[in-house]
Parts: sequence; C-alpha cells; structure tokens
Amino acid sequence: MKKTILFVILLSACLSVSAQKYVSENSHIRFYSSAPVEDIEAVNTGSKSVIDKENGAFAFSIPNNQFEFKKKLMQEHFNENYMESEKYPKSTFTGKVENWDATAGDKTVVASGQLTIHGVTTQVSTTAQLSIQGERMIVDSTFPVALAEYKIKIPKALFYNIADTVEVTVHFEYVPLPK
Amino acid sequence: MKLLVPVFLFFSIPVFAQDDLLSLIDENEESQPVEATFKSTRLISGQTTEMRSAGVLDFIISHRFGRVNTGIEQFFGLDDSQVRLGLDYGITDKLNIGIGRSSFQKIVDGMVKYKILTQKTGDKAMPISLVAFASIAIKTGPGAFLDPNRDNPFSDRLYFTYQFLISKKVNSNLSLQFTPTYMHRNLVPTSNHPNDVIALGIGGRYKVTKRLALNAEYFPQVTNKAFGIYDALAFGVDIETGGHVFQIHVTNSRSMIEQGFVSETTGNWGDGDIHLGFNISRVFDLSPNKN
Repeated sequence: MKKTILFVILLSACLSVSAQKYVSENSHIRFYSSAPVEDIEAVNTGSKSVIDKENGAFAFSIPNNQFEFKKKLMQEHFNENYMESEKYPKSTFTGKVENWDATAGDKTVVASGQLTIHGVTTQVSTTAQLSIQGERMIVDSTFPVALAEYKIKIPKALFYNIADTVEVTVHFEYVPLPK
Repeated sequence: MKLLVPVFLFFSIPVFAQDDLLSLIDENEESQPVEATFKSTRLISGQTTEMRSAGVLDFIISHRFGRVNTGIEQFFGLDDSQVRLGLDYGITDKLNIGIGRSSFQKIVDGMVKYKILTQKTGDKAMPISLVAFASIAIKTGPGAFLDPNRDNPFSDRLYFTYQFLISKKVNSNLSLQFTPTYMHRNLVPTSNHPNDVIALGIGGRYKVTKRLALNAEYFPQVTNKAFGIYDALAFGVDIETGGHVFQIHVTNSRSMIEQGFVSETTGNWGDGDIHLGFNISRVFDLSPNKN
C-alpha cells in the first residue's frame, strides 16, 4: 500500500512538470519568395510547437514535405532539389524568449535560438508578437531566411525565378499540454 | 520499487532543456507518399509510374536519329531524324491521357494511364507504386503493310498495348521499375511474327546529382521473335532545369512508343545499330489557382 502511494506521488510529481507547457493546436507557416519572374508561395499547416510558460523556452518542428505549393511540380522540386526532404525531413527552431513575462496581454518579444534548415544550424534572433489570454497563447512572427546560409543552392538559370532570401511568416495558437 | 524511486525523482526534476521540448512534439511521421520516383513520365522510350498532376499539360518532343553505324556520310545518323510530338494531360492526379504522332510510319497513338497504388512511407507504408497503362497505335501511312497494293481494312492498322508499371524508389537516388507488357497486333507481316507479344520490361534510374540521372531500360520479349527483330535496350541521361526535363539517350530502337520499340525493334547493339535520341518535356499548369 505504502509503495502504491509513493508510486502515485512520484508519478504525479513527474507529470506536474509538464503543467506549464503549452502546445500548438493550430499552426500556419507561409513561405514566400519574390523574384523578378515569379512569386512563389507555400503553406504548411502540419507544424508543431511547444512553449514552456514557466521560462519562455520554446521549440518548433516543421515537416518540410508538408509545404503545399500551387504547382505540384514546384513542390516536388522544393523537396527534391532544394530542401532534400528525404535526407532532412524537418526544420526546427529551439530557443528562449528573452526577458520572459508570462502575464496576460499582447507584447512584442525577442526570440533567439538555433534555427536548423537543410541540416545547417545557425543562431537566430527575431521579434515576435506574443498574445497571452487566459489559457491560450498566440505567436506571430515574420523573418527572412537567406537560402545560402543553409547551403540551399539556386541554379543560375533559375536566379530570376527564386529569391535568394525568402520570407517566412508563422502563426501558432497554443493550449495547455493535455495531461 | 527501490530502483524506481531515483528514476522517478530524476524525471520529476523540472528539465528545461530545449531538446526535451522538441521531443515533446517530435511525433512519428505520418504516412507520406514517395515523390519523384523518376524525373519524367518517360524513362527513355517507355512509361514510368510518374503522373502529371490534375490540370497539367505536358508537351513532349522526342527525336530518334538514324543509326550511328551509317558513318560520316550520314553524319552518324543525324541526317536522318524521326520525330514524335506528344501531349499528355492530367485529368486527375491519378488519371492521365495522352496523344502523339510519330513521323516514323506516320503513327498516331493515344494512351490512358491510371495510378492504382502510390508508394508510401510511415505507418501505412506501401512498398511500390502501381500504374495500369493502355495504348492504341494507328499506322496511318502506306508503310503499314508489306504489300501496299492490297486492300487492307482499317483494323489492320491498329496495335494495342497493355502494361502494368510497378516501380519502387529504393532510396533517394535509386529507382527501379518492372513493366510486364502485353501487346496485340491485328496484322503481322509474316506468320513468324506473333500477333500477341509479351515482354517483361525492366528499367531503372540512378541520380548522380540533384538534377542529373542515369537511366537504363530493357524490354526482353518472352514470345517468339521473328528474324531481324531484337529486344529494345536503351541507356540515357536526364537533365532537369525547372519546368524542363531533357533526356538524351542511345537505343537500338527507332520507335518512341510501345507499339514500336517493344515488338518492332530492328537494331542490333552488337552490329552498332544504335540511334541517338532525345526527349524534351515542358509542363504547363493549366489548372486555375487553387488557393
């Protein structure tokens, strides 16, 4: 009996760790490349994120092959020739919100951490809009990604079709992590 | 139990490491279709399991030159060129139709392709892609018959081909395909030419770089071959740039459609009856904006 009680106490102690964590329930990531010949846009709604409300630590995980393009062939080239999605299935962003403040309200924050795309990790710092309302959190951010930094090469023939820096817009809605 | 206490204690210490946050959301990958098994809907002359998506029109220009062993007088065959102009269209992502016209024997062909299975990864994995293919070819020119003075009915100009295309992308570089083929010819030149031809085609591609691939295909006939008929064997290179795919190859067959290269290949590799050839594919997206 004692053992069982101890077990339950320890187990609940274990679970309480995740009480402060928020996971994304809806996500929307837009990739936008603007070049002289054409503008290319893709949307990914299959991404996941988690934020620790205790300290502002966060993680984003983006499945590369779930970006949807208007043209199927572009999507195929994105995965095959540029992102090499079979080799590098996910892009991730892990880090911490600076000067974390978990009180309710809308605020502009600075998030910094490691962004990994195409197997290359760089240190990144970006501003984001953070909205905390009761049991919900919403994050919005737009930041540029320079393809060359992540060893994504654009052939010269397509220089006018694909921008060397693409714009990434993210929107995540969070709810407390279910126990 | 004593052992478990420290284990639980360890886990109950709040861990803020970001890697742990990542592991919280790092779920098992959902089942995903395998893309880009081949670069084009044609491997060399034969079909692949690649399909055009709904609303996409593919304009394919193919050439096969004359035989390399005709020497410098014929500029190694380049003086003598055969062309096929083709249009393929995606009605849906799984159903494609196409028409084409070859200058060789003035053949008009039409085809239907349907994707039955798509190779998938993940928990609902599917090891192969399977496509059913059917085509009809009409020899419209006078060269269709041995004796041009004979009054042959129209049906004697018709050739029917049925194939299953079974492909597997083994890894991101290597893809293989098995292509059992059945063909019916209403009229054959001699009694030594079977009306029904069965061939077991094999083919593959190996990607050397992201935009360059090496291809090979071979269509050995199981049924009897008449004198002077050989099995089609071809080697090629795919070069991809954006919406174009260039395919350059060497083959012992001068026809660019199943009707011709499976059962009417007259070139012998051993004698140097090799044709240089190329396909150029350009896709046009005719579908209205989906977003």
